[in-house]
Amino acid sequence: MLGIVRRKVCAKGLPVTVPGETLRFFRPVVHALRNYSSAAKELTVREALNSALDEEMSADPKVFLMGEEVGEYQGAYKISKGLLDKYGPDRVLDTPITEAGFTGIGVGAAYYGLKPVVEFMTFNFSMQAIDHIINSAAKSNYMSAGQINVPIVFRGPNGAAAGVGAQHSQCYAAWYASCPGLKVLSPYSSEDARGLLKAAIRDPDPVVFLENELLYGESFPVSAEALDSSFCLPIGKAKIEREGKDVTITAFSKMVGHALKAADILAKDGISAEVINLRSIRPLDRATINASVRKTNRLVTVEEGFPQHGVGAEICTSVVEESFGYLDAPVERIAGADVPMPYAANLERMAVPQVEDIVRAAKRACYRSVPLAAAA
Amino acid sequence: MSSSAAATFSSLNAIPPPPSSFSSPANDKLFSSSFPAASPFLGSSHKPRSCVLSAPSPGRRSHAPVVAATAPNAIKEKLAQSPASSSNLLITKEEGLVLYEDMVLGRSFEDMCAQMYYRGKMFGFVHLYNGQEAVSTGFIKLLKQEDTVVSTYRDHVHALSKGVPAREVMSELFGKTTGCCRGQGGSMHMFSKEHNLIGGFAFIGEGIPVATGAAFTSKYKREVLKQADCDHVTVAFFGDGTCNNGQFFECLNMAALWKLPIIFVVENNLWAIGMSHLRATSDPEIWKKGPAFGMPGFHIDGMDVLKVREVAKEAIGRARRGEGPTLVECETYRFRGHSLADPDELRDPAEKARYAARDPVTALKKYMIENKLATEAELKVIDKRIDEVVEDSVEFADESPVPARSQLLENVFADPKGFGIGPDGKYRCEDPKFTEGTAQV
Repeated sequence: MLGIVRRKVCAKGLPVTVPGETLRFFRPVVHALRNYSSAAKELTVREALNSALDEEMSADPKVFLMGEEVGEYQGAYKISKGLLDKYGPDRVLDTPITEAGFTGIGVGAAYYGLKPVVEFMTFNFSMQAIDHIINSAAKSNYMSAGQINVPIVFRGPNGAAAGVGAQHSQCYAAWYASCPGLKVLSPYSSEDARGLLKAAIRDPDPVVFLENELLYGESFPVSAEALDSSFCLPIGKAKIEREGKDVTITAFSKMVGHALKAADILAKDGISAEVINLRSIRPLDRATINASVRKTNRLVTVEEGFPQHGVGAEICTSVVEESFGYLDAPVERIAGADVPMPYAANLERMAVPQVEDIVRAAKRACYRSVPLAAAA
Repeated sequence: MSSSAAATFSSLNAIPPPPSSFSSPANDKLFSSSFPAASPFLGSSHKPRSCVLSAPSPGRRSHAPVVAATAPNAIKEKLAQSPASSSNLLITKEEGLVLYEDMVLGRSFEDMCAQMYYRGKMFGFVHLYNGQEAVSTGFIKLLKQEDTVVSTYRDHVHALSKGVPAREVMSELFGKTTGCCRGQGGSMHMFSKEHNLIGGFAFIGEGIPVATGAAFTSKYKREVLKQADCDHVTVAFFGDGTCNNGQFFECLNMAALWKLPIIFVVENNLWAIGMSHLRATSDPEIWKKGPAFGMPGFHIDGMDVLKVREVAKEAIGRARRGEGPTLVECETYRFRGHSLADPDELRDPAEKARYAARDPVTALKKYMIENKLATEAELKVIDKRIDEVVEDSVEFADESPVPARSQLLENVFADPKGFGIGPDGKYRCEDPKFTEGTAQV
């Protein structure tokens, strides 16, 4: 099997690689000898995550899952359904409600080579454990000069759900992505979910894996190679979900769906939008984003989180720094409203980016250079 | 008196879970007489106090009947006779010399750190361990190399006791590339994978869950990965201030719940920077918090390395046999301020003098000479040798180079592809110029 070969990177120096060879490890495995029908199977994100966890746990006995309600309750959002029966209570641990405590326990176990997957019921609760995520996980490899790496995954739903109020709706992508030593991933489709979670579990560094509760039930077609148990997606590579030539729209997680719908609407108005699914917030795939902007000359970033110091701010700055000469219009940034999430349904709708907002911003980016008088 | 107590010790090896009765008002009355508000916490009691899970009969302090694990009766009697000596020797000559050497190393090293700090060779936050050596030596010298130690920012001596060479610790403090963490950790973040010292944490309470995780791994390896001989234990050191922190209680709960092989060692030096333990804690008797979570709690005199060692043997043995965690409160004292930047104005000089008279290093020296375990000359030889080791470590650190510029970006990730993809589409870390300019990252 062209499995994923883990290369031990020498801690005291940088690896010498043969150009092009390293990327082969992470490309989805293609079995030339087998024939798969091209009729795609549909998988919900929930099933994708469950199967990824199942396969990784079965492949490596050092992988274990812990969190609140992951065992007997089958997972607060049923992501870990069936895992307790299959792997037993030694590997699927129901913890008491002590995020700081059990996250620290996960980090300590990771110091010693186990591979914990720590589930937060939502990432809002990770704030109780953030000291361990940042200080004892992210910084340890550096502080110990490479002696102690932390192969841990922190996962759970992130961002707004529906009507859950301010304390359950924050998006933490920007917070975690600003910290060196962490890798931050945010899948959109089932293929993303499967491939990125497998990559995260196999990764020797701490990974923050931001899912989205509203996406759990959504179904996506998955290719046959995505269903293979050695399927893995590279960390740090964005995906161009839809090619276009007029404006680049970047998004992650649920907003990718909105961006794709916006792209359909824009296409009817003659604007061909290129939608980039970031997949990886840290490291950010600046190369892909900049290449795309150099092609389209316009940028709209979309995210669900708070606007100030958000992911969009970083992307805009990256583009301004590296591709300023290519921009034909000011960069557009769409984010959630700069308020704690309200409860009332209509206010909540206003606080989260909608498809119309993306369409409006893309049109602004496309017509900005035309003086108003001529447009009238 | 002893016989009735002895009867309850017959089941010492198979320790039953503690009964649900906790400290009762009678208990409080018993101890309230020993700490009037203004005087030092629990005084200089030379008798080890162990967890009393049922109401003791009044008037019997150190021989109160106990139910769950306590210091074995024989040891209690030995230690009860007089402060630092007993008729049955607790250590052999070799053991004594090892303990003495370790404590002298800790003391001399910390004194040298102070000198170096004031000369500007060491910088930032430096927290010295003077006075607490008995706790570090008493516990760590009973551990194997594979056992884990987790510490706080006051970690130099834990590192030395665990076996990290003095040269590496001193270099680390000077910020040189030959340090145990290549100068990237510093005083508060000593890590050594080889010696299983996994920190060095600046946040109080942060090390406790990590230590619990290390203990968890030991159990996981034995039960899930089927490494039947894995009986590694973990010792977590932390202070009195930490015992008011939520993570401490969370871990007491989980360690007892999952019966993890861990020993929680409280180095109660009565002061958290300038905050007296008595001002910060509703119930200052930390050892009592162990039974509240279902594990035995010990309270011992942390200025006496022999007493620490005896209880440590007990607790480590328990953990190795798979019987679960133990909480050990060591009453100790730090002779210097919280850190080298602390003017240490709030502590009563009389209190300091009282504890200085109980210096653990001189106490052990006295014990060994009085019990004919070693002569003064032999101990002086050790003193001299340690002086040379410490001076050599300073020379080594002085002569070592500072980290190269390229070291800045190293070891952020075990997999440096975590730095992402560069503009040319290749992984950033593969660019030969990667570490030369930091602007690209």
